[in-house]
Amino acid sequence: MEKRRIYVDYNATTPLNSEVKAGMIEDFEIYGNASSMHSSGRHAHARLEEARKAVGDLIGAPAKTVIFTSGGSESNNTVFQALRRVASDSSGKPLKGRTEIITTAIEHPCVLNSAAYLKSLGFTVYFLPVDQYGKVKIDEYRKVLSERTLLVSVMMANNEIGTIQDIREIAELAKAAGAWMHTDAVQAAGKIPVNVDDLKVDYLTMSGHKIYGPKGIGALYVRSGAPLFPLIHGGHQEDGFRAGTYNNIGILGYGKAAELAKKNLEAYGRDIRVLRNQLRDGLLAKVPNITINGHPTDVLPNTLNVSFPGAEGESILLGLDLNGIEASTGSACASGSLEPSHVLMAVGVGPELAHGSIRFSLGWGVTKEDIEYIIDTVPPIIARFRAMSTVSSVPTVPSVQS
Amino acid sequence: MPEWLYSDTVKDHFTNPRNVLMEDESTYPHDARGLTGNLICGDQMLMLLRIKDDIITDVRWKTYGCASAIASTSVLSETIKGMNIKDAYTIKPEDLVEKMGGLPANKIHCSVLGDKALRKAIDDYLAKTGRPGLFKEASTVICTCLGITDKDLENAYLKGARSWEDFQAATKIGTGCGKGECKTKALELLHEYAHIYGEKQA
Repeated sequence: MEKRRIYVDYNATTPLNSEVKAGMIEDFEIYGNASSMHSSGRHAHARLEEARKAVGDLIGAPAKTVIFTSGGSESNNTVFQALRRVASDSSGKPLKGRTEIITTAIEHPCVLNSAAYLKSLGFTVYFLPVDQYGKVKIDEYRKVLSERTLLVSVMMANNEIGTIQDIREIAELAKAAGAWMHTDAVQAAGKIPVNVDDLKVDYLTMSGHKIYGPKGIGALYVRSGAPLFPLIHGGHQEDGFRAGTYNNIGILGYGKAAELAKKNLEAYGRDIRVLRNQLRDGLLAKVPNITINGHPTDVLPNTLNVSFPGAEGESILLGLDLNGIEASTGSACASGSLEPSHVLMAVGVGPELAHGSIRFSLGWGVTKEDIEYIIDTVPPIIARFRAMSTVSSVPTVPSVQS
Repeated sequence: MPEWLYSDTVKDHFTNPRNVLMEDESTYPHDARGLTGNLICGDQMLMLLRIKDDIITDVRWKTYGCASAIASTSVLSETIKGMNIKDAYTIKPEDLVEKMGGLPANKIHCSVLGDKALRKAIDDYLAKTGRPGLFKEASTVICTCLGITDKDLENAYLKGARSWEDFQAATKIGTGCGKGECKTKALELLHEYAHIYGEKQA
């Protein structure tokens, strides 16, 4: 079998689309500062507004409700900081009234850490549990939602296991309680249909490099009337809500990527899902004793998270890499931490399994032949690590050995 | 673009580990057995030794672990063949890391499991031959003022110590000269023990 180089880590980042790249190279000629009044500036500004419209179109939002940021982390931080400002005094401590934030245990670290920061200021934060498939436990949500809730922030699709949340239901409940609703749609926008009015959200986070656009550019949708304050103070860019000289090339590339993502959305959902299911079925057939993590149907079309009991994640990852397959792992050892993936732990996978889990995230460029190669390559790698593993050789493995 | 994440030696031992036991341990009759590590932390190591006249004549090992753990134990297994058990007992992870051409700082803790399992196996052998505690002096002094050793800190960890303050309460480490120069090393050991035994041990 001929060795290939197969990238299946598209949830981490995507390569630049060739059309986006070609456009960006041409756009390097656009050097005018989009804030300038002269001809070059006006030209840059006009192009920038076209990109804003394209990004808005991807989520069914008017262009004027889209603010460009440096990426998903900045967008998410902006929402949390804006609402902190609404509900706290000058020292950051919460005022009486709406002092509670609801999010989930499986959010991206930029949301978890933003929530933790507000908690340190005195806000009450609920990290909602999820079920075995990664879905928010609505009953638990109803229990903590109240007239004290300031913000509900729930990611639309999870980056590790791909589970898609029932955002509309969550948002309707939040609105009924008078809370603001935010969703981190970094992994969803461009992969599945996303419409801010259908979802009834007030804020929605997006990122360019997850949809074959450039890195370092993202956007935040803010519904008209929702509170917003700048995270970065300075000039008048973005109506004063996000200072800093416009990243022209990044924004134009992002606009083109958003336009292509919208155009190809249906084909993406159809074609990539076929490949993902081919990989899932092939691995289930050829590797004994594995578990598929995430929701069986409400899942991103490109994401497959697999636990391989008895084999350790970083070893699998590097074994795959030596065979040309580039994936991701929930193993702690790969990140230098002792803690396994917080997402896999939240869905109840358990540390032993979480340490042996691999995420395959597919995208344009992956072929049927690539999937066949992965299906053929994975079984001997897993068999080898299992054979040399203590897990299979020790009859009863104590959880702690002293 | 670098072909491999770690050194070529690590790659060699990861892809072709020496003395690894691919079958069940019952297929390898042995004189000593050491098992350490914690699946909760993603690493577990088993070391099986054949010993004659206190000389390690052969070794096999198994692991549930990362590439660094596999490679370092492979290197260790080659190193100890033909070695007196006392010399083997005093092998330090730093020696193995050097032989591997280095490891990133955040992977050093993965390399300690092999020698921990090795020590455990040797202790097992000593117990079987009626000589428990023979190499107690092989521990390393961390706090020179009070003579607190790594063994003392390990015992404190196993009894529930999880912070520098816990270590101080259990052993008085760092309370002699007051300079706290031993603190860095003690906290490194705390991290290492957490990796080996898991946070939940108390």
